[in-house]
Amino acid sequence: MALPPPDPQFVLRGTSAAIHTLHFSCGSQGPDVPTLFSGSENGFIHVWNLKTHRVDTALDGHGRKSVYCVETMGGKDRLLSQGRDQRICLWDLAEGRTSVTDSVFTENVGFCRCSLLKVAQGRWLMAMAAKALEEVQVLELPSKTSVCTLKPEVGAKLGMPMCLKLWQLNCGSQPLLLAGYEDGSVVLWNLSMAKALSQLVCHQEPVMSLDFDSEKAKGISGSSEKVLSIWSLNEQQNLQVYKTHRLVNAGISDITIRPDKKILATAGWDHRIRIFGWKKLKPLAVLDYHTATVHCVSFSDHRNPSERLLAAGSKDHRISIWSIYTQT
Amino acid sequence: VCFTPGGSDCSISFVSHVLGKACVHGRQKEILSVLVPRLTDLTQSDCIWQRICWRLVECVPDRWMEAVVLGFVQRAPGADVLSRLLGNLVVKNKKAQFVVTQKLLLLQYGHTTAVLQNLLGYLSLDSLRRALLIKVLQELLETWGSSSAVKHSPPEQQQYISKAILICLSHLKEPEIESCRQELLASMMEGVKCHLDSNLPQIRRLGMIVAESISAKINTDGPVLKFQYEEDDEARELKSLLVQTPPFCVVPNLPDDDRNEKADAALPLVLESKNKSHTAAPVIPDEESDAELDSDDDLIPYDMSEDKELKTKAPVYIRDCIEVLTGSEDVDKWEATVKALESLVRKNPAATREVSVELAKILLHLEEKTCIEGFVELRQRAQVAVLTTDPIPVAKYLTSQFYSLNYSLRQRMDILDVLVLAAQELSCPKSHGKTKHSAAQKPCTQLLPGSDGSKDWRRIVDERIKSKTRRFATGPSQAELAPGPNEFNSVAGHFFFPLIQHFDRPLTTFDLLGEDHLVLGRLVHTLAILMYLAVHTVAVAAMGKALLEFVWALRFHTDSYVRQGLLSCVSSMLISVPAEQLLEDMTEELLETQSWLGDVVEKDPDGDCRRLALQNLLLMENLKKKLRTVPS
Repeated sequence: MALPPPDPQFVLRGTSAAIHTLHFSCGSQGPDVPTLFSGSENGFIHVWNLKTHRVDTALDGHGRKSVYCVETMGGKDRLLSQGRDQRICLWDLAEGRTSVTDSVFTENVGFCRCSLLKVAQGRWLMAMAAKALEEVQVLELPSKTSVCTLKPEVGAKLGMPMCLKLWQLNCGSQPLLLAGYEDGSVVLWNLSMAKALSQLVCHQEPVMSLDFDSEKAKGISGSSEKVLSIWSLNEQQNLQVYKTHRLVNAGISDITIRPDKKILATAGWDHRIRIFGWKKLKPLAVLDYHTATVHCVSFSDHRNPSERLLAAGSKDHRISIWSIYTQT
Repeated sequence: VCFTPGGSDCSISFVSHVLGKACVHGRQKEILSVLVPRLTDLTQSDCIWQRICWRLVECVPDRWMEAVVLGFVQRAPGADVLSRLLGNLVVKNKKAQFVVTQKLLLLQYGHTTAVLQNLLGYLSLDSLRRALLIKVLQELLETWGSSSAVKHSPPEQQQYISKAILICLSHLKEPEIESCRQELLASMMEGVKCHLDSNLPQIRRLGMIVAESISAKINTDGPVLKFQYEEDDEARELKSLLVQTPPFCVVPNLPDDDRNEKADAALPLVLESKNKSHTAAPVIPDEESDAELDSDDDLIPYDMSEDKELKTKAPVYIRDCIEVLTGSEDVDKWEATVKALESLVRKNPAATREVSVELAKILLHLEEKTCIEGFVELRQRAQVAVLTTDPIPVAKYLTSQFYSLNYSLRQRMDILDVLVLAAQELSCPKSHGKTKHSAAQKPCTQLLPGSDGSKDWRRIVDERIKSKTRRFATGPSQAELAPGPNEFNSVAGHFFFPLIQHFDRPLTTFDLLGEDHLVLGRLVHTLAILMYLAVHTVAVAAMGKALLEFVWALRFHTDSYVRQGLLSCVSSMLISVPAEQLLEDMTEELLETQSWLGDVVEKDPDGDCRRLALQNLLLMENLKKKLRTVPS
């Protein structure tokens, strides 16, 4: 007899706007409070205290334009946020400060979330959608120097890049970029040569979100249609479709794989969060709490497995926090 | 009739005479059933016998030629055999030519497809005769394309001619098609127009199939004409005529060897079963691989039975529905409303009655905004629901709109369909509050015998006739439904009379008596059904009188669908109006009708019309009988 799906462990209210992005920072030990960062449509970034379930600080750096990406850069003191005001801001939050130390003017009016990858101590690569329609630019942070610009070949008609993921097999190896585009294809880019290694048409509709497991060389992408597409990368760096999974309702806004690579979560337009096993994409649970489309899902980075959480932010101004499958 | 040609000349003209005389006296079957097979065998390889055979038929006197030729054409097992037997008779003999090219094809139409195949194949097999084939094709096309022929000739004849055309087309070769391409195209265009104009779907389909075939032949490259029609056995049979199968060898009827040829059937090819191809992407994992540890088993799924498709909620109030249908931009809501409307209307009769005319207006003009499955049916059911909930005002509205400007033919016919369905619902006894859906309601959108010779409607009439001719005093064989008041009673007049009022007043966009005879046909059939359903209502006698006048005005209409409708009207009237009232009020009209019906039975070209007229005469006979047996 299957158990009914669990209820959220708690629900964070108070943003008074739709939440577009979430990011946990709970990995540090010691007296640091586990924190959740959320970016909302009203331009605020809220710093949530996961012990008191209240907002500690609200950061206003994007001129009340929607914030659609937040990431931490090595700990909760350095934050990166991306907003619809065409800026990517770097924040310094140490010791109670809330100041923008640097910003990058992207000149991009799209919705593509940037992707961060730590390549060395104090050095990151950031991939973002560039000014020109189909291009992706990779910058090195904090120096803000351009590493490369990835242009699809003429006539490729990929459309806008919709989602990006920088990854490397292990520290020190070549960083690669997976980009999902408006025409439904996923492209693997080699950054040093600024060349596309492989392209795979996964969907008939734009790729809304993707995530990649570099150990298994397998990735998953979701789109505005009813299909989840799982693809893999073989030794020749070629993308191939591995499997597809049909959903009950169309539309996926976000997909994320848990850091232990055991489960993954999808945020759906049908107000539901779905949990799948990553190995075989076995459907595990459907979490039905929100009353509007769920924009983002994120897993926490707790060191202690039993404390791990899943957060989902939705258009109904709520962030639901779930504790699910924490025993494995 | 076997004699040996010993190299000497012998006259066989007397044999021809005998043959001719026997055939013309009707003994074709007997004599030719012996003669033809024998001659087939003999002429198969022997030239001399062929010449003898030709001489034989050539010598038949002209006055008996037709019978002989007809007999041969019917008896010959194939076109090549006919060719061997008759030779170039059609070229040499004028009478034979007339019989083959004119009489058998254009003046008669009772022959089988095999006969047509024989005939036309025979014409195609020799270069001398091919000229005749072209001529025949041209004449056939002329007939096929003439609008008066399409309107007045029986459907069976039209089918015969179409078959002949298709077979001719199948025999034509490229150079011949080249030479007469323009004519083919011209006659095809003419013919297609007349055929599509007809009200009978069978004629339309014949026209479509033939036009498609002609177009395929003359435009071997480039776009060809393609119609959409129902593919059933008849269509497939017609299309198969376009392809000529090579004449198979008839095993000679000699009682010895050559049986082995039969055993030469194709040996079944041994299909090598290919190994499952390894070309499938190697990444597809073996599901049964033990190498992978299934650690997913640790994760126990939760109950996901609540995970269903999201549905937009439909409004729960009628007035909300009206709002959504008239103004809303939200297509999901619009779709949900359309789907839920009928049940809402039925559940809230009081609320519906307040806004019935408005709702009817909206539904009449409702167009498909998104692609819903079964939109037409949903709309129609909603309309019927509104009409049955508040019959009088809505009927008034609909019947007035039927004769108004600026509606499409489709909308006008929809009005008729809705009126009929609602009338049926109102007049049917309700079993335990639920409306009983009788069989005749199944093709929901097409209760009217929509020019397809509807069987249900006819069946009902036939059953009624049967029930009147036999006088078994058996009790009711099935449990009677609980009787309830006939709701159609109070509103029958409101449905019926407005429809009949303005039929002869043409509007700028709508002329019932002119071009729009399709709608006229549907109107007439609607009136027939309304009349039939009005049995036992108070207004039935007045309706009957009005209907008879209407029928009388239109009785000579050229369209056979309209005439069928008129005859159905007469049937319904005879069935529904009580006999006493018929005879009291309408004696003279009935007599006139009777003589008209007699005329129709004899002279009408359409088989269905004749049958209906006969039924009506039967009904009238029964009426008379019934009244005579009633003690006065």
